[in-house]
Amino acid sequence: MAIRSVASRKTLAGLKETSSRLLGLRSIQTFTLPDLPYDYSALEPAISGEIMQIHHQKHHQAYVTNYNNALEQLDQAVNKGDASGVVKLQSAIKFNGGGHVNHSIFWKNLAPVKEGGGEPPKGALGYAIDTHFGSLEGLVKKMSAEGAALQGSGWVWLGLDKELKKLVVDTTANQDPLVTKGGSLVPLVGIDVWEHAYYLQYKNVRPEYLKNVWKVVNWKYASEVYKECK
Amino acid sequence: MAASSAVTADYVLKPPPYSLDALEPHMSRQTLEFHWGKHHRAYVDNLKKQVLGSELEGKTLDHIILNTYNNGDLLHAFNNAAQAWNHEFFWESMKPGGGGKPSGELLALLERDFTSYEKFYDEFNAAAATQFGAGWAWLAYADNKLKVMKTPNAVNPLVLGSFPLLTIDVWEHAYYLDFQQNRRPDYIKTFMNNLVSWEAVSSRLHAAKAASSSSA
Repeated sequence: MAIRSVASRKTLAGLKETSSRLLGLRSIQTFTLPDLPYDYSALEPAISGEIMQIHHQKHHQAYVTNYNNALEQLDQAVNKGDASGVVKLQSAIKFNGGGHVNHSIFWKNLAPVKEGGGEPPKGALGYAIDTHFGSLEGLVKKMSAEGAALQGSGWVWLGLDKELKKLVVDTTANQDPLVTKGGSLVPLVGIDVWEHAYYLQYKNVRPEYLKNVWKVVNWKYASEVYKECK
Repeated sequence: MAASSAVTADYVLKPPPYSLDALEPHMSRQTLEFHWGKHHRAYVDNLKKQVLGSELEGKTLDHIILNTYNNGDLLHAFNNAAQAWNHEFFWESMKPGGGGKPSGELLALLERDFTSYEKFYDEFNAAAATQFGAGWAWLAYADNKLKVMKTPNAVNPLVLGSFPLLTIDVWEHAYYLDFQQNRRPDYIKTFMNNLVSWEAVSSRLHAAKAASSSSA
């Protein structure tokens, strides 16, 4: 009896070890495309349903898919101790991971008009905007100007610098998240100025897109993030 | 056909060497109307405004590009100047009924420096597909060798010490209307198979060789 028990314990332990090795030393978490909290056409006429669908289902989905691939390759390289392989993957991780991070924020930064999109911020954030930029119009003017002037692809942000306790406007290139501009920066509102964000509707006239996008910016969400992080 | 230094000095919006619908169905007239008629035109117009009254006024496009690149810490006029140059070079890199495999000396050189046309095709394709964000992919010539390069935004091989021979614009505005749903790979394939002007590449290569031997 006893001998058989020892044998079974060894066998079970052996099975457990093998399956651990088969599954990898630890499992990596993969990501999925988040759903939009509104219909594709709900932001019209500011942003067309066609753009929203392609932006979400093609662009954001591609970032998620490629980010997951890069993470899997990273996991393998880490497990093998392949340092140069790990380093080589960093740009794909930054680009695709950044794309996933930024777009996940962006969908929450927008809301249909009937759900408060475009409604000016009140409370603490509204007060902070007036203090730092004079008025909401002043902030919008500054962000639109910087967004229009951005060469190539990128984002324009309203952020909170948690350390300095002030609001900042900044831009990032390509899919760099705001945190790459400063470790204490928290994104409150990001506006995507990649051409794919507006081209089908506004063509080359990025300033026109920037004029209209504010009609669907979800200041309620930005206020919540601001209150949480202050 | 423009060699690298012949791209114009007086900041003119030169029309492509074919009508705006001549590249259909591979590149639509609508794309040309926006891409040449709006985007390229804006770079030229904005460049003129930018250099007016500055020490760059009256200088050639090449001069402005080389003097505002500033090792990547771009000075003010770089983007408009380089994009004006890049787009004129791009239109002249294409022709109706273009694309496919070149022949003669050019094919021999591609085979010498890439092993085969197919290997060159794959490398050029990969460069164009993996340029993150806005930018360009190039066939270029330096140190007596052909090579594939990719550059971000407005950067071009001139500022990196190489002679440009061929380019594809991979800013989204270049393909977003014709290859909807974010199909950059299909756009690149169409460019390679149906649009490349190997005559332009050949004449640029001759100019590049002449320029390097005269400075040797």
